[in-house]
Order: sequence, then C-alpha cells, then structure tokens
Amino acid sequence: MLSASALRYRYGAKPILAGVSLSVRPGEVVAVIGPNGAGKSTLLHLLSGAMKPQEGEVSLDGRPLRQWRPAALARRRAVLPQAPLLSFPFRVLEVVMLGRSPYAGQVGRQEDLRIAAAALREADVAHLAERIYPTLSGGERQRVQLARVLAQVWPAGGEARAGEPEGPGTRYLLLDEPTNNLDIAHQQAALAAARRLTDHGHGVLTVLHDPNLAALHADRICILQDGAIVAEGPPDAVITESNLEAAFGLRVTVMRHPANGRAVMVPA
Amino acid sequence: MEIAVDIGRATERQARRSRYALAAFAAVLLAAFFFAVGHGAVAIGPLETLAIFLGQLGLDVLGGYQGVQEMVLLAIRLPRAVLALLAGAALAVAGAALQGLFRNPLADPGLIGVSNGSALAAGAAIVFGGALLGVLPVWLSAGLLPLAAFLGGLATTLIVYRIASRDGRTEVATMLLAGIALNALAAAGIGLLVFVSDDQQLRDLQFWLLGGLGGVTWDSLLSAAPLILAPTLLLALFSRQLNAFLLGETEATHLGFDVERTKRWIIVLAALAVGASVALTGVIGFIGLVVPHLVRLMIGPDHRTLLPASILLGAALLLLADLVARTIVLPAELPVGILTSCIGGPFFLWLLMRRRGLGMW
Repeated sequence: MLSASALRYRYGAKPILAGVSLSVRPGEVVAVIGPNGAGKSTLLHLLSGAMKPQEGEVSLDGRPLRQWRPAALARRRAVLPQAPLLSFPFRVLEVVMLGRSPYAGQVGRQEDLRIAAAALREADVAHLAERIYPTLSGGERQRVQLARVLAQVWPAGGEARAGEPEGPGTRYLLLDEPTNNLDIAHQQAALAAARRLTDHGHGVLTVLHDPNLAALHADRICILQDGAIVAEGPPDAVITESNLEAAFGLRVTVMRHPANGRAVMVPA
Repeated sequence: MEIAVDIGRATERQARRSRYALAAFAAVLLAAFFFAVGHGAVAIGPLETLAIFLGQLGLDVLGGYQGVQEMVLLAIRLPRAVLALLAGAALAVAGAALQGLFRNPLADPGLIGVSNGSALAAGAAIVFGGALLGVLPVWLSAGLLPLAAFLGGLATTLIVYRIASRDGRTEVATMLLAGIALNALAAAGIGLLVFVSDDQQLRDLQFWLLGGLGGVTWDSLLSAAPLILAPTLLLALFSRQLNAFLLGETEATHLGFDVERTKRWIIVLAALAVGASVALTGVIGFIGLVVPHLVRLMIGPDHRTLLPASILLGAALLLLADLVARTIVLPAELPVGILTSCIGGPFFLWLLMRRRGLGMW
C-alpha cells in the first residue's frame, strides 16, 4: 500500500498542503480532483518521493519513502508528468525504453523490448514506434509518455499478455492529468489502461480535471481544495451537486448515466 | 506479435548503426592522427611514423626513416598531436554532457562562459602567480595554472547553472544571457590583466585569448594529461543518467537516478576536463558545440553512443583543425582557436535558423 499521513507543504508563507492523509491500495483506482491551485500536483510529487514533505510521511509497504533506494523505488512506482520536457530527437521506442532503465542489468534486453512493445500497444502508439518524438502532436506525446510509465511498472517474466502486469510486489502508477491533450476516445482508453493495471492487483492514483472521467473510472474519489481533502469516497457519494459547487464554485446538475448508473455532471 | 518482431528489428538496426558509426569515427581518428603527424616542414609518411613508433618499442623491423624525422615526430609533432587529441575529446564530451544536463543542445563550454572563466583564472595565475612563487609550496606553484583554470571553469559553470535553473527547469534564454554576461565579465577581467601585465606575461596571456597547441612539451603534457583524460572518460559513464535527464530532472528521479549527485558529478567533471585542457591550450571555441551536434545528426541523441562518439570525433576534429592552423599561413602559425571559431560561428548561426525553422524556439 502507498500511503500518506498528515502531509504538510508550504512554499514560503503560502501553505499548499495542510495535513493530507491518503492511501492507494492494491487493485484500486483513486482519482484526485479539485480546482486549479488546490495542491493536486504537489500531493502527487510528495507521493512519488520527488519532493519531501515538510511534515508528515509517505510510505510504501509500510516503509517510509526516504528509506527506499531510488532504483528500488523506481521498480515499484512510476509517475506520468504533467508536462514532459523532452525536446531531443529520440525515437518513440527509445523514449519508452527509458521506462525500462530501472531494470538495467536485472532483466534481459529481449524482455525489455517485449515489455516496451506491449506498453506501446497498450497506449495505442505502436504504429508510432519509429517516429521522432518531438515531431509528434501533443496528444501523441502524452500517449508515448503513458507507454513509458506503463513499461516502467510492467512486471518482468512470464508470457504475460498485453495489459496483464503481474509479478512480485504490487506496483503503483501515479498519473498527473493523464488525459491532457487527448481526444475523447483516447481519454477513455488511457483510463481503461490504468484500470487494466489494477485488475492485476496494482494501484493507480490519478489527478483528473473532469469529474465525469473520475466518476466513470475511479473506485474512490478525493476532492482536494485549498490543500485539504474536503470529500472522499466512492464516486456516487463524492460527485454530488453540493460537493462540486462547494469545491469549484460552479453550479452543476448531477444525473445518473442511463446505461451504467454512474454519476454524470453537467453545468447547471 | 508482429509489432514486437518489428521493434526487435528496428532496435537491431539502430544498434548496428551505432556500432558502425563508432567504428567509422575510430577509423577517422586514426587516419587523422597519422595524417596530422605526417604533415609539416618535414614530411613523414604513415609507414615511417609506424616504423618510428615500433623503433621506440625496440622493434626495429620496418626501418627506412631518417633521424630528423624521428626527432621531429617524437619531440614536436607527437606531444602536439596528443594534446590536440586530449583537448578535442575533452571539449567535445564536456559539450555533449553539458547539453544533456541543461537539456539544451546549444550549451557549450565556450558559450556559457566556462572556457573564458578558466582562461581568466589561468590569466590571473600567470600575472599574479609570480608574486606567490616564494610563498607557495613547490608542488602547488607547479600545478597553480591548471588548478586555477579548473576552479575558474567550475565557478562559472555553477553560476550559470544556478542562474538558469528554476524548479528543475533550465531556461534557454536565461542560460545564454547569463553566458553572455559572464563572458563579458571574464573578457573585462582578462583586459584588466592585459593592462597590468609586463611583456612576457602579455605574450602568455595572448596565448589564452586565441587558443593554440604550439609549444607544448612532454613535461607539461604529462602533468596535465591525467587531469584531462580521467574526467573525459568518466563523463562517458553517465550515459544512462543523461538519457533520463533529457526527460526532465523530476522524471530522472522517478526513474530511480540520484539527480543531485549526478548533476554535481557532471558539472565537476566537465569543468575539470575543460579547465585542464584550457590550461594547456587556451580558449578553443565551438568544438564542444559542433561535435555533439554532428554526432546527433548522424546517429541520434542516445548518450550511450553520443558520448564515446563525441570523444572520437572531437579528437579527430581538433587534430585536423590544428593541422590546418599550423600549415595554412606558413611560416607563421594561425592560433587554432581562431580557426575553430571561424568554422563554429557560422555553424551555430545555421543551427539557430534551422531550429527556428522547425519551430523549436
């Protein structure tokens, strides 16, 4: 389990997170939603270990992150960044293979290639494998980055089928707005890929902007506002008119999806 | 499954391309070496060169060379060629590593002020070193020049890095502007040194400003060679880290690399490599910019081949540049720094326009 307890973080005098506790259990998708500047990305950075909390602690399998060796941690969790910087002319396959760098010397090259191929398919970018990354569109780049982090948490060994990571230890995928720049079909596909990861016992935490995507794909939703979790629970309990209006200051109507009964929000 | 097979084939192709490129660069370097040591007032053919080397090893099997050829090769051409080889390799690999570290293909030890910082500190050592001669222990005054060049390069790199980095991002414009400012400051400092120096010091200073490989002796070369060679080769070990750095520092952390430690190592090694070679050659611009670029154009940005290829090509390029510099205006000798800047400047402009054409600014 990846869990955070009583995280506090401030930039100068401005508090970003004011005591946030949150955990991601194996087999579940947790979505964090909230208005701009609520502290979602900071929370993700603290959970990933890229930033250290000023108070509180993040632990993986009960062991604080600071006691993990960076390379060992990298084999247990991957992070999809909000705005990747890569401007050098790598080919798409090389970018995805970077996701395998925590396994250097541990897994054979053939296995790395097999996993990279599976991850490329999973993110629907296999046809771009030979393209030069900086020449891709924003949405295509986002999917390549998704393939890279999928390759990083894909377990080694066995003739696993695409979308079936399994192996020693549960892995965690942290996604910062994974649907940025994606068309509506690929938005659904990206979150479906995350869901398939949890089907095999891994855990996913994703920051999302769209409450409807969260309601459709998450097992649990947290609303983060002014650095604190103001609502947490299953989608039906969290995606309510009063919660959304309180958090976003926007009047909304919440309905039931006619086919699957999930909560659906439209501006009032 | 077909896709997996295709990918296997594609990476195999890429790997083969890299191996061929490295072999080709090594061949170019070898040819450049024999060509460069063979040309000059006394011509020495490749076979004669080989014969002299074998003769030195006590294997006098080829014979057929004259004593003057042996003398010129061993006392004049060889130390100079070895210096060109070392300095070219150091500048090119430092350029490649800094470009990876800054995530910016325009970073160059010269452009961001490292070389001038080194030259300023070395110049200060020339002008004021004499005054310290009685005070310092002998080993320190002997190593004062390279040490000063190294510290000057390190300080400039750290300043530029500090100014240009914010929240783990390095801003292109800020970095180049900081480089301009530091270059101007270093130039002012060097100007001041010129102003206060006597005739002999002036001649030494002139050498730093223009860059040149002439006048190197085995003694000075052997004391500086390990200081150039060690950081150059060590930099080549950071290929996996630098590949991850291209994604961003946070992403490199997420991939399990110790980012801060890697950064410090690369900055120190690059400053040491550049500083130690500047201590012997003065400022030689653009090798660090041009070479990694040529390599990337040919075989892509993967540092696992980029770094060794830059070492080979940088060494070959400076060997050839020095050959031209010492033969083009006979009997005089053109400072090689002027030559590399003449080639590098237009190349840099072409790069800027090409990048703007691709919408990369």
